[in-house]
Amino acid sequence: MVSRFKGEYGSGIEPLSHLGQNYMVVDRSLIPEILQVLRDREQFDYCVDITAVHYPKREKQFDVIWVLYSFRHNQRIRVKTLLADGASLPSSVPLWATTNWLEREVFDMFGIKFDGHPDLKRILLPDGWKGYPLRKDYGILQQDNEWVQINLGIESGQ
Amino acid sequence: MSDPNTLSPLDLETPDKTFLDANELVINMGPQHPATHGVLRVILRLDGEKVMGLECVIGYLHRGVEKIAENRTYTMFNPYVDRMDYVAAVSNGLGYCEAVEKLLSVEAPPRAQYIRVILTELNRIASHQLWLGTHALDIGAITPLFYTFRDREEILKIFEKYCGARLTTHAFRIGGLQYEAYDGFERDVKNFVSFVKPKIDEYEELLTTNRIWLERTKGVGKISGKDCIALGVTGPVLRASGVKWDLRKAQPYANYKNFDFDIPTGEHGDTYDRYIVRMIEMRQSLRIIEQAVEGIPEGPIMAKVPKVMKPPVGEVYHSIEAPKGELGYFIVSDGSTQPYRIRVRPPSFVNLQALDVMCRGQLVADVIAVIGTLDIVLGEVDR
Repeated sequence: MVSRFKGEYGSGIEPLSHLGQNYMVVDRSLIPEILQVLRDREQFDYCVDITAVHYPKREKQFDVIWVLYSFRHNQRIRVKTLLADGASLPSSVPLWATTNWLEREVFDMFGIKFDGHPDLKRILLPDGWKGYPLRKDYGILQQDNEWVQINLGIESGQ
Repeated sequence: MSDPNTLSPLDLETPDKTFLDANELVINMGPQHPATHGVLRVILRLDGEKVMGLECVIGYLHRGVEKIAENRTYTMFNPYVDRMDYVAAVSNGLGYCEAVEKLLSVEAPPRAQYIRVILTELNRIASHQLWLGTHALDIGAITPLFYTFRDREEILKIFEKYCGARLTTHAFRIGGLQYEAYDGFERDVKNFVSFVKPKIDEYEELLTTNRIWLERTKGVGKISGKDCIALGVTGPVLRASGVKWDLRKAQPYANYKNFDFDIPTGEHGDTYDRYIVRMIEMRQSLRIIEQAVEGIPEGPIMAKVPKVMKPPVGEVYHSIEAPKGELGYFIVSDGSTQPYRIRVRPPSFVNLQALDVMCRGQLVADVIAVIGTLDIVLGEVDR
């Protein structure tokens, strides 16, 4: 399947495998089309997870990863794309309803925006929080002290 | 023209806009509410008693588990996973250990695999028992709570004798097990199986044909298999909607392929079917335990794993069938002793998203039933 994709889309797709798990690195511009094709033609009807990884030293700082599963073929595939800080991705809520909260969590933790998301706001952290904790430049003891002082009435959460 | 001295007949067709049609009342439930199983806040949009829609506000228990992982070694992070789904800590540990083992390309020895399966399935029963007790309590049946907690205690005793902890067990290590099964482990497990079998019948006697239970659960919180898949809902909720899918069969991990068991499914996808599915699951878990305890092979319990773990650069996604659904770990290694990134795909978080769909058109009281039947643990939702 992945090799067929390679034939269709050429250099925009790089099919890879690690420890027996298939994934493909897809160019950002092909993402909407690839996800659509994966769902409709290849029947990856279940979006397991969306997540991101931050590499602050790279030019395109983020890896965004979709983990997909097909009930019909009992197969998993991961789609990965590289994204610069400040760039956005199309929301996949129209494809898989489950991605609503998953995209909100990626936004909450990494500050990656999803265009066309019905209600893109923080999910685990409070709405007024500043900063994106899962970025590598966010320290483990760091927090939004201003928010803590105003809303909790204490000097620090530590 | 109407005579101003005669009253016009009462128009009963058009409701009074100011009072009778005062639809849409927004009320807040939680975050401190005994029926939300933790700190979950639900904002309900109501028309009278009918739920028009709702929004979940979560994150009250957020501890930044994924961030902590990036600052710990692989071994050090192991106990942290127990604190996510704290009623099924053993399953969390199994998923994590197997994911790291995959990254290291090692496999736990057969003896460790058997003991792992026994403990994980015991934990599945304990998790379902806790669910049943609290779910029934929410709906108004108090007795099952006492029964299930009494019997769950026997499982916790086995955990305690095995590893010294009852809830957050940290039972497994990367590469196998830390502790050999104690003397009499097999006897204890066998005794438990024969002890709990009639007890599950007892729970069913209390509920399965109970009229109040039927009224409160049949047709409540319906969700179709198609909607489940679209919403990423897994575990007993998916199976109760008629989708026969269980990761233990679909993509077997540990040594589940060695055991015979069935995947129960429901038809209607309502609260009652989910109850039935979980009851059968408990019995199926007992079947697995019975087979496993008979077949524990001799041999080592720990694979050869370096003291300082430095998995080769790469990424891996590994998931298991936790009591609540698909629990996945996505781990990125940069070749150092600490994981570059660990992402946990929590079943409770994804399942909770379906609450809105399942509650629309139901009554307020049914929201409680649906939260219970989803079997969420807020520690896992918020991480």
